[in-house]
Amino acid sequence: MIEEKFDAIVVGAGMSGNAAALTMAKRGMKVLQLERGEYAGSKNVQGAILYADMLEKLIPDFRDDAPLERHLVEQRFWIMDDRSHFGVHYRSEDFNEERPNRYTIIRAQFDKWFSSKVREAGATVLCETTVTELARDAHGKVIGVRTDRREGEIHADVVVLAEGVNGLLGTRARLRERPKPDKVALAVKEMHFLPRETIEAHFNLKGDEGLVVEAAGTISRGMTGMGFIYANKECISIGIGCIVADFQRTGETPYGLLDRFKRHPSVAPLIEGSEVKEYSAHLIPEGGYKAIPQLYGDGWVVVGDAAQLNNAIHREGSNLAMTSGRIAAEAIVQVKSHRQPMTAANLSVYKKMLDDSFVIKDLKKHKDMPMLMHTNSQNFFLTYPQLVSRAMQNYVRVDGTPKAEKEKVTLKSFVNARSWTGLFGDAFRIARAWR
Amino acid sequence: MNVETSVRVEDKLFYNRYLVDVGRPHIKVRAHTKPSPQLLALLKVCPARCYELNDKGQVDVTVDGCIECGTCRVIGEPTGDIEWSYPRGGYGVLFKFG
Ligand SMILES: Cc1cc2nc3c(=O)[nH]c(=O)nc-3n(C[C@H](O)[C@H](O)[C@H](O)COP(=O)(O)OP(=O)(O)OC[C@H]3O[C@@H](n4cnc5c(N)ncnc54)[C@H](O)[C@@H]3O)c2cc1C
Ligand code: SF4
Repeated sequence: MIEEKFDAIVVGAGMSGNAAALTMAKRGMKVLQLERGEYAGSKNVQGAILYADMLEKLIPDFRDDAPLERHLVEQRFWIMDDRSHFGVHYRSEDFNEERPNRYTIIRAQFDKWFSSKVREAGATVLCETTVTELARDAHGKVIGVRTDRREGEIHADVVVLAEGVNGLLGTRARLRERPKPDKVALAVKEMHFLPRETIEAHFNLKGDEGLVVEAAGTISRGMTGMGFIYANKECISIGIGCIVADFQRTGETPYGLLDRFKRHPSVAPLIEGSEVKEYSAHLIPEGGYKAIPQLYGDGWVVVGDAAQLNNAIHREGSNLAMTSGRIAAEAIVQVKSHRQPMTAANLSVYKKMLDDSFVIKDLKKHKDMPMLMHTNSQNFFLTYPQLVSRAMQNYVRVDGTPKAEKEKVTLKSFVNARSWTGLFGDAFRIARAWR
Repeated sequence: MNVETSVRVEDKLFYNRYLVDVGRPHIKVRAHTKPSPQLLALLKVCPARCYELNDKGQVDVTVDGCIECGTCRVIGEPTGDIEWSYPRGGYGVLFKFG
């Protein structure tokens, strides 16, 4: 079936693989893309927020036909204890703009659409094909792949590994390490269907306006983690994720956490009466800058989640995946246009270009954050949320206690729980990691 | 009532679509007499509850409901407790929404 040789093989048809395949095909390269799912998207899970800017760089007029759900007009951050939430809400009419900046999407549907654009650009896309091994020459240079679809090797000048967080091929070929339990989060998610009007009423939305809730606190039972609720047109995505090593340590179950989150008095009314149509789970890279592996070598580059390019602090991943896929493709096009071979030295231009982009700059900025959150998870995800809730309740409840006394009680509760050095230490550590 | 036991994972998996590759499980547990701590952790952490204790106190895996997250690989592969691959192309879970 595939006897000829390709300019490039892309493994995976997720965000990063589609960006890479599209970019190279548009530039006239002969591209083969392989995806193990029945269709692009059938294995993929996301919240999901789509960031328009990064997609515009690939498909400027994507708003014409992409399956978008709602454009976001409101962001809610909640700090939760078992019975309350304390929130920061930001809503602005400015987000009702002609070219909105963020949308909710349904990932499997979005990927199908994205993949159709890749085909239109001229790439050969083969689904239901799991790549089982990288093919290498006597010097170790990657020269193609083996799949479970047919005997033998398929050859290409360069292989783009866009294989997602598990990254089986790259780890088996020892191009990078297997993700460690303390560097990945496990997220579980459900899709809750409700009539459009009900969703709009629950979240105070009109038309295609959308909203996101991100929540942290006792919902993660002292583990490093976050809950999320995203409003789509006719369904609500709800989920929660925590670091795998924390699950291992505590013996908590992911579905137990999700169930508890769904039954929280602040959450339950939002999804009341809904019909669940899917239950999914996926890993998220959380190691940040320090976990980024070698990004290129002789005959290969790695992009997206497989390269741990995920900004856990800001809940961004798909945009880093798309951008790294696009930049890797541009680097490859550049090497090819100079008629140079796809050696590590020549492909190193990918890393240089990526270092100059927001992808690496943002990850570098927060390089100490993942470790800080993880080693202090009890404080940040259990103690503080409870303290904040008590402080707020003390503040708003009118019961005849003089205000000065109330403030003293609140201060005392913080100092008792964390001590002055603990409080200052935490503030200092966060400020330093954020800087 | 205890939350953990009241959540019926089987009911959740019932919402999902699968194409099961009968007779070719993509995950295998290494034969053992006494399970390691890593293997025991999988009983709880697997979101599809694919791992169970059999009556001899060993850990068994049934992959039919697996949602291919990779969590058990991250925990159980380094110790050699499990062997983990993707299902053959086209098989396994088929997300409609993701
Ligand atoms: C619950 C959750 C919520 C998230 N929310 C957001 C969000 O709101 N916004 C955001 O920007 N990011 C979010 N992310 C992160 C985002 O989903 C990822 O960063 C992004 O999908 C990474 O894209 P990728 O192309 O690198 O990997 P993937 O999208 O995982 O794609 C990898 C592809 O490769 C295929 N594949 C893998 N191995 C093989 C093989 N051997 N042979 C053939 N095919 C193979 C897979 O089937 C898959 O299609 C979220 C993630 C999760 C889990
Ligand atoms: S891959 Fe995930 S769902 Fe499948 S058995 Fe392992 S932990 Fe369970």
